[in-house]
Order: sequence, then C-alpha cells, then structure tokens
Amino acid sequence: MSVAAAIPQHHVLSVLVENKAGVLSRVTNLFARRGYNIYSLAVAPTDDERFSRITIVVDADSAPLEQIVKQLNKLINVLKISELDPRDSVERELMLLTVRADPTVRSQIIELVDVFAGRIVDVGPDELTIAIDETPDRLDDLEDLLRPYGIAAVQRTGRVALPKLDRSSPRVPSSN
Amino acid sequence: MSTADQIPTNGGHALIRALELEGVEVIFGLPGGCILPVYDPIIDSPIRHILVRHEQGAGHMAEGYAHATGRPGVAMVTSGPAATNIVTPLCDAFMDSIPIIVITGQVGTAAIGTDAFQECDTVGITRSVTKHNELVTRAQDIPMAVRQAFHIATTGRPGPVLLDIPKDIVDPKHPNSALDWYWPTDEEVAASLPGYRPTTKGHPKKIREAADLISKARQPVIYAGGGILKARAAEALRELAEMTNIPVVTTLMARGAFPDDHPLCLGMPGMHGNYTAVTAMQESDLLIALGSRFDDRVTGKVPAFAPDAKIIHVDIDPAELGKVRRPDVPIVGDCRLVIEELNKVLADRGGADAQPDRSEWRATVSGWQEKFPLTYIQSEPGELLKPQFVLEQLRDLSPEDTIVTSGVGQHQMWASQYWTFRHPYTWINSGGLGTMGFSVPAAIGAKVGMPDRTVWAVDGDGCFQMTAQELVTAATERIPVKIAILNNAYLGMVRQWQEMFYEERYSEVYLSPDLPDYVKWAEAMGCVGIRVESPEEVAPAIEKANSIHDRPVVLEFRTDSSEKVFPMVAPGQSNSDIVVGPEQGEGGN
Repeated sequence: MSVAAAIPQHHVLSVLVENKAGVLSRVTNLFARRGYNIYSLAVAPTDDERFSRITIVVDADSAPLEQIVKQLNKLINVLKISELDPRDSVERELMLLTVRADPTVRSQIIELVDVFAGRIVDVGPDELTIAIDETPDRLDDLEDLLRPYGIAAVQRTGRVALPKLDRSSPRVPSSN
Repeated sequence: MSTADQIPTNGGHALIRALELEGVEVIFGLPGGCILPVYDPIIDSPIRHILVRHEQGAGHMAEGYAHATGRPGVAMVTSGPAATNIVTPLCDAFMDSIPIIVITGQVGTAAIGTDAFQECDTVGITRSVTKHNELVTRAQDIPMAVRQAFHIATTGRPGPVLLDIPKDIVDPKHPNSALDWYWPTDEEVAASLPGYRPTTKGHPKKIREAADLISKARQPVIYAGGGILKARAAEALRELAEMTNIPVVTTLMARGAFPDDHPLCLGMPGMHGNYTAVTAMQESDLLIALGSRFDDRVTGKVPAFAPDAKIIHVDIDPAELGKVRRPDVPIVGDCRLVIEELNKVLADRGGADAQPDRSEWRATVSGWQEKFPLTYIQSEPGELLKPQFVLEQLRDLSPEDTIVTSGVGQHQMWASQYWTFRHPYTWINSGGLGTMGFSVPAAIGAKVGMPDRTVWAVDGDGCFQMTAQELVTAATERIPVKIAILNNAYLGMVRQWQEMFYEERYSEVYLSPDLPDYVKWAEAMGCVGIRVESPEEVAPAIEKANSIHDRPVVLEFRTDSSEKVFPMVAPGQSNSDIVVGPEQGEGGN
C-alpha cells in the first residue's frame, strides 16, 4: 500500500477538542454520515490536559469540507478547528516497519535507514524493525525503497501537525 | 414534604430539584425500570407530570409545548425501547430547532455495555439527532449537566439536548447516588462549556452593508424563516418591512411570524407556496433571508432559484450561511438583535423616506395576487367535502388567536395555505423532518403550555392513526384539544405524487374511509367524536366542538380523495415552472 504524497484533495484538519468520552465519535460521525473516509487520524492530549488535539487527514472536495468544518464547529466539545496547509505547517508521522533482512542485504538496509535518520529498534535473524519519524512523504519514500527487500509489516500513526511559527499561532485557544 | 423544601442528598432528588430550579412546570413522560428512582421524588414535586401512552408522544408534546410557549419542553422516559421510541421527536426537534430536554434512564453504570435488560447505547443512537447529549456517570455531575442542557437547548440555534442517566446514580439505595448539592452559577456553566460561544450580535460592518443593499434594491423580498420565531423577532421584522415597504414571505416554519392580513404579507413560498410568494422571490433583485435556510422545499431547483437576486442572509448558525446559496452579505447573529440593529441603521439614514420608490414593485406583486389567488372548486351537493372548504370554515369559526398544529402531508399544506395566521406562535408543525403523527401530541403539549387558548390539530387520516393513542392521555389529564381529521381515505400526498408522477399507479396508499371508525375510536378514548359528511354539517360541528371545554373533541371530515394540493412546483423543477392548478396541466408544464 503505497501512500501517495499530499495530493490536492488531501485536507489536514487540526481540531482542538475537550478531552472527554465520546468526543472523537462526535467528530468522526460528521465525516461518516457524508460517506467520507478518514484517511488518517491522530489524537492525544495537549499540554493542557483538559483538551486534546485531533489531526485528521481526509479526502474531500473543498465545498463539502467547508460545511463539515462549520458543522464540526457546532459541536459543543469542539473549541477550534484549523485547516493546515502543508506549506504553512510542520507535519510528522511515526512509522514502524519490519523488513526482511538476511545477512547479505542487512548492511544495505541499515545504510538506507541511516540516510533517512531512522533507527533500528529490533533485530532478528533475518528481519529488522525500523522506527522513523518524518514527514509523510519521506516515510513513503523509505517504504518504497525498502519494498524490494520484502516488507513484513508496517504500522504508521497518521500525521500530526502544527502551524509553522512564522504564522500567528496562539497557544491558548480562542474559543469560537 | 415537597422536593423543593429539602436539600437533595441523592441523584434522583437532585435531578428533580434541578428541573424545578430551571423553571420546569411540566414533564411529559412514561416511567420504566431504569428511571424508577427519578419518578419517586416526582410525587413530592410541584412539577406536573403528564403520563403519555407512547414515548414518541412525550417527545412531540414537549415540542408542542416549546413551540407555543418559547420555553423548553421536557420529556422523561426510561431506557432501551423508551429511548429508541423518542428518537423521532429528537430528530424532529433537531431539524426544526426546537428547544427540548429529554431525560432517559439507563442501566446502572456497572451494567453499561453488557447487553443488560432494556439497555441500548442511547447517546450513540441519538448523537446525530441532538444538539448535544451526555451520559452522566456521576451523581455529583447531575446539577451541572442539567444546567448545561438547558443552556445549550435554549441559546444559540435552539435544539434538543438529551441526558442519559444510569440508574445507580439516582437510586437513593445505591451508594453511587450520593451527592453534595450545589447549583452552578451562569458563569460556572459558561466556563464548563469552553467550546460553546454562540454569536448573537451581528457584525456592524455587515449590517451596514445589508442596509446599503436594501437601500438600492428595486424589487426586494424578505424571506422570513423559523428563526424569526425562535429569536422572538416578529416585531422587529414588522418594523423593518414597514419602514422599507418590502413584501414578506413566511416559510412553513415562519407562518404567523408576520401577519397574513398585513398588506405586505405574501404568505408561504415553496413547493406548495402561493404563486405570488414563489414568483416574487424568483423575480426579486434582493432576498433578505432572515432565519431561513434555503430548504429544498423552498428553493426548488437551486441553480434556478431567484437567479437575479443578491442575498442578505442572517442566521445564528454560521453553518447555514453559504450552505445552499452563497450570500452577498452574510450576517451571523440572533435575528432579533440583527434586525433591530439594521432598523437603527436604516432609520439613521432617513428611514422610509430614504428608501427607493417601490410602488411599481408593489403593484406588480399585487397584480399577481389578484390574478393567481389560491382557489379550489367547491363540491356539488352530495359530493364529498373539499378539504379547503373545511379549513376555511374552521378558520372563520375559531378564535383568531387559535393555535393550529398539523401532521404532515396534504392537510398540512392546506392548513398552512388557508389559515390566516395573525399572531406568532399560532402555527405548530413538523417542517424539516416531516413527521407524520406530529399533530395530536404537539397539540396536547401546546394546550398544556397555553391552557387559555383554543388548540386545533388539523390532521390527516394517515397521520391520526400513528399517534391517536395520546388522546387517551388528553382525556385522562383533561387537556381539551380539538382534532379535525381530513379523512380522504388515503395517504393523500403520496397519492398525489403517484397520480402526477407515477402515471396514476396507486401503490399502497389506500387506507379506507371507515376502517377504523374514527367516531367510535374517539369515544373509546374519552373524546367527543363527530362525523361530518356534507357541507351544511361543517359549521355546526365546528361550533359544537368549539363549545366543548372539558374533554377532547375529534371531528372527522369525509373529504374528497381526488383533491390535490396546488400550486405545486414539481420536485427538482425550477420555481419559475410553478403549476397554479389542475386546469394548467399536471406534472409540470
């Protein structure tokens, strides 16, 4: 499963929500009822434990997305939504990947992982597990390069993102 | 001892006390296993409880009450099947922005998720049909949850809020029900909802831009929606219309928001709107949409809707602006506050004298009104009654401030068309969801809230059969509502569509005129039942019904099943292709 680089209909939403039960379901419902697949999703508490940040990557046309964002804003537990333009934000995603690596190719693989600044986190007789956090398209590149060796398993977290600092980015959410 | 005199020490008492403090005077409900502990303190509470016969009835009664009074309606039912039975009213209230609070029982916290008896995932099921819902898991949270529910239901764009209450946190015999009573302040409630800050004041710059557009418009129309009523903005609307001399259409949800007998009132637009209301919007150069949402039943084919009109759109819900039609001037805010500000700006700029001369536009509109009034052909002696005739008689023989509720279908459209609504909050119907069976329970709720007013439920025979059992509730509780069944022995609107769009292939729409026997049924439920079959019987039956004040009355009018609702814009067609009557051809031009 090749992960395409951010193609035009990919939208990244950063949603600041109350950190409580059911909120994720309220958010994802709004996509599900329109038949939109959520491409990736990452959720974790912010520095203020009352709030969580959800990073959603979704394929949608801009017009329906505008309506979804407005509907998201109406949810009582949602504080703030920003659509992140990849050019104006920093994005990272974590990937764990197990690749077949018998002794004849192991050093080649380690070299590749080094180039991408990844780490070997587990070693077996003929397999390696690699951990790497990078931009999603860099992860795609590494995945593509390792595929010929035989990928045994991949787990990616979905991207997390924050606006670049040269834009205004208030730390404390202004409620809407 | 009254619940109001004691400090609550358990969740059940706290829940009832919280409702008392929110000013609740009546609960519509039906008890069951999981909600039992909350029903015990009701015995000692000043709150009136009305025992319904089906939980759907409780929800629609709460809606009717809220519609008529402007205060939130409250329904309380148990878990599982009771919760699923009230999903329809929740969705109805959600679509029509009705503030109701629904309290459902839930199995004890330890049993949640175990497929316990009468357990269902109520918050999961109702998530998409409520403005907000909450599973309350601790007794200590009950006062705040109730305050939040009322705050959310009644502010911003109103809507239904559901609280799901597990049994153990309200059962005094269970240690989980213990609480230290407190009553949160407004500030604490607001602080507890950091994501909820509805915008009520319109942006001054946008309001000035709206005034600019109005002052330039030659052929403007005010497109008034249900938001006018929710915002208590009828007076402000009237001031705006009169100052600017701009005609007003009132949508199905806004009937009564502007008086039908006002010279500037054009009545209802939309699929079954009158020719003038529909055409004035089509021909307008400016639509001033106030608390209306460009519903498909109003716009017809969207790209062909009011093609030359600029749009001012005022709504408290930002998601409505641009949803269907991109406005030239979008204003987020409460309709009353925004219209009042707009009126001030217009008055400062010279008021009526500064407005362009719109006499030509008014004359054009009057010409349409004269040329295309609502019409029907009265029946010959011996033929079945015309539903329009029945409604005219009902209108003329009932007090002018009568509250009218309706179900959904042909009778609803005729009621909206033929009644003369002179006051706000006199028309209660299911607009968005189109819930058949709405009228009887909604009428009961309205009558409970407005006991001094005459309340007529205009119903169809199909609708009546869906919720008629609530007349037992009305008879038992001495709630003297009046029901007019327009019995045409069919699911009439479906029949009309099958006639017009399915080549008269009538599939599963026949109901029979005399099965059930509506008079016997009414009598069995403790009501007066009268059957009316000929025109000369109509007025005496209505007069008799209007003179009965101690029990519900059901009038069954045998009406002509071939009668269709006109005008009509066929589904998916442009409003410019409106068909005024059957003689103009059927199924569009």
